[in-house]
Amino acid sequence: MLTWIAILILAALSTVAFLVGRRKALASAGGSSAKMHSLPGYYGTYVALWVGVPAALLLFVSIMLGGRLEHGLLTATEPAVLQQLSSEQKELFFEDAQALAEGRQLSEAIYEPDVKLALEAKANEARVYSNAFRQGTFALMGVLVLAGFLWTFPRLNKDFRARNRVEGWVDGLLLACSIVAVITTLGIILSLVWESLRFFSSVPPAEFLLGTHWSPQIGMRDDQVGSSGGFGALPLFAGTFLVMLIAMCVAGPVGLFSAIYLSEYAGPKARAVFKPLLEILAGVPTVVYGFFAALTVGPIFRQAFNSLGGLFLGGPLNELGLYLGQVQNQMALVAGFVMGIMLIPFVSSLSDDIINSVPQALRDGSYAMGATKSETVKKVVLPAALPGIAGAFLLAISRAVGETMIVTMAAGLQAKLTLNPLETVTTVTVQIVTLLTGDQEFDSPKTLAAFGLGLTLFAVTLVLNIVALRIVQKYREQYD
Amino acid sequence: MTDLPLTTTTASDRARDIRAAVESRLKIRHASERRFKLYGQLAIAIALGFLVLLLGRIVTQGASTFVVHSISVQVPLDPARIDQTELEGVNYDLMVADAVLAKLGEKDDDYGSKSEAIKDLMSPDFGFQLLNMIKADASLIGKTVTVSGPLRANADLYFKGEIKRASPEEERTLTNQQLDWLDALKSSGVVTTGFNSGFFTKSDSTEPEQAGVLGAVVGSAMMLLVTAFLAVPIGVMAAVYLEEFAPKNRWTDVIEVNINNLAAVPSIVYGLLGLGLFINTLGVPRSSPLLGGLVLALMALPTVIIATRSSLKAVPPSIREAAFGVGASRTQAVFHHVLPLAMPGVMTGSILALAHALGETAPLLMIGMVSFVPGVPTGFDQAATVLPVQVFIWENASERAFHERTAAAIMVLLVFMILMNAVAIIVRRRFERRW
Repeated sequence: MLTWIAILILAALSTVAFLVGRRKALASAGGSSAKMHSLPGYYGTYVALWVGVPAALLLFVSIMLGGRLEHGLLTATEPAVLQQLSSEQKELFFEDAQALAEGRQLSEAIYEPDVKLALEAKANEARVYSNAFRQGTFALMGVLVLAGFLWTFPRLNKDFRARNRVEGWVDGLLLACSIVAVITTLGIILSLVWESLRFFSSVPPAEFLLGTHWSPQIGMRDDQVGSSGGFGALPLFAGTFLVMLIAMCVAGPVGLFSAIYLSEYAGPKARAVFKPLLEILAGVPTVVYGFFAALTVGPIFRQAFNSLGGLFLGGPLNELGLYLGQVQNQMALVAGFVMGIMLIPFVSSLSDDIINSVPQALRDGSYAMGATKSETVKKVVLPAALPGIAGAFLLAISRAVGETMIVTMAAGLQAKLTLNPLETVTTVTVQIVTLLTGDQEFDSPKTLAAFGLGLTLFAVTLVLNIVALRIVQKYREQYD
Repeated sequence: MTDLPLTTTTASDRARDIRAAVESRLKIRHASERRFKLYGQLAIAIALGFLVLLLGRIVTQGASTFVVHSISVQVPLDPARIDQTELEGVNYDLMVADAVLAKLGEKDDDYGSKSEAIKDLMSPDFGFQLLNMIKADASLIGKTVTVSGPLRANADLYFKGEIKRASPEEERTLTNQQLDWLDALKSSGVVTTGFNSGFFTKSDSTEPEQAGVLGAVVGSAMMLLVTAFLAVPIGVMAAVYLEEFAPKNRWTDVIEVNINNLAAVPSIVYGLLGLGLFINTLGVPRSSPLLGGLVLALMALPTVIIATRSSLKAVPPSIREAAFGVGASRTQAVFHHVLPLAMPGVMTGSILALAHALGETAPLLMIGMVSFVPGVPTGFDQAATVLPVQVFIWENASERAFHERTAAAIMVLLVFMILMNAVAIIVRRRFERRW
């Protein structure tokens, strides 16, 4: 509430600063804007920026950090009665103290009378801190507003280069916005690397990358079955690879042939119909594909394989028949197949662009020699477009490796080192989701393993993307 | 030509041979041409076939959600059965069940097995309705009130033909007697068929018949609002900087490569970023639309930047030069002339990026949006769920009745995405200028 009032006051002060700044500049030019260096509004904006922005930034920082600072101060000294509590209870105690101070809902923990007294004492302490912090912030904001005004207002006169100063602010803002993208990358890398380092301090990287036993559930008690936990991620990599391979077997030919048809055979009318239709396929959310895989494609495939297995029963292929009879809904083939459908428009639109950028002169040369259309495509266009198409396929592979929802809903959870498409497999992304949904404790290797997997995934897709984008770019330059 | 062996064939003979050879091969070549073209047509047909199958399955699975079978019962509020000192403890469900049995002309047996069987057919919501009525107006006790609402999911599925009478009794969730009752209620008009408006006005629930998408739709809207307010301004300004202001040096090259690669980072990695950075380091509340919006904004940012840059590139240099010619500064030229002209492209790109963000699920699973949220979210820092995650949650539910709701939620999601795409297309068609 107080924060909102502060924001309103700040906005009002900035407006006032704008008006007086403009007025003073106009007055110094005798009321005629033609004699001024910049338009009158720039003078006002200049003052308003210096009055409003530093204080607003301070307010933002204080909102972001305030709670943590108070928490730090509060936990610096522990009341004596807390020594009997466990560390989790202590944490809850401090949270409740802050909640009590702010008049929020307390947790459901029940405290002994003496602890309760301590809680109230702490809550009072928290009130003192937060009041002091708030007052300090507001005072400092006031100082900044005043300083900003005194820094700019006296310098205003008709020759002051206000427009250049304001544009300097605008440039700074634009630069800051484009740096957000860099910060995002840094944030991704830092958070992945940081948590992964903690993971690799308990599980050696070699075991993680080459081990074949994956069972991240660590038991509560030491004597539980499977309590040791295994973090060999090789089965996950194998599963990811298998699903990706199946997906590319579907998306590669279908996508490439539709691109060839659209760019070489289809007339402008057919193109105008088919291209947007394919784009609809690209716009369908992945969770919808997951639903489709789990409830439509999965049962269809299972029934098909089960009845196929029924044909072999009793014959020389009895073993195979028995095996096919037991195939489940969740298998690598289903996830890979549906992922392949998802990737068709991706492959086709990328390949379409690339085939279209092959110069027409190459085709004309081939036709002049008497080649048919398909011969031209096979012998001239495709070889010329090959590097670009390879790049497009690499991008599609990177998509397939990072795709999450389809595999989560249709591939399964069992980590198996297999290349059999009818088996249930699990992938890197599925495991990240499984490890991180539900209860999380941030010290267990189980949770941190997800960041190890995430780092691997990020590194692999990054390399694929860089190589693919390089190839595509090189290819474009070749024909530009 | 000098070292050709002397043969008896003349030049015209040779030409005839070649022609014969060419003609004999021409058939094969044309056949392969037709084959090749057929492959292309086949590929398109396969892709479009999948599209039709996908959408068709969703519509056929989800359409039944929009029909609901409801029942309305007059329940006598017998003062003897209502302990006024403890209203919460009264067995309202039993009273409703008895009223239904009376309608059927039956009486509960001593073990209460018939009323139990009736309770299985009714949503537990009826009891709460009675409780709330009495709490609001205690004078109702002794009178007869009407409660109405959907039948329990099982009964609903029977009317929709999902549960068949022909299947063996022990394999279905409803007994023969329950089916008889349902038929009797239906033919006497107590059970009515209507449009399932509850699906749009209720939020998630553990009971399929009470579950709706309102909470998820509101959550999605709030999250998208956060995403739009962050990603669009920051993305547009970043693009303006890179396209119009940035000097060509190593730094800006780094930023460029960076943005292109960010666009291809798997979405789940953004979820890890949200977990590691926003939740653990900055303390943004878990499962909140604010957090989801932040994560999706970072994800949408590269797309917005790339779209904005290409539409800025499409504005011809003559516009800038004309602005410079009348004395505008670079900032003025860009903000007064170039950017407004590029705006249709910027809007189209941004809307498409937001539509994509609307359908994104994976990163939201990481940041705790899978939790069960029964109500409509009240604030940007409160727990919320969003449409695609709601789809994921329902798909995982074991009750069969949730499956049709999953498909229906997908239909709602697709309708929103189609609307956004349509807006993008209209903006492009109406305002885009070709230079």
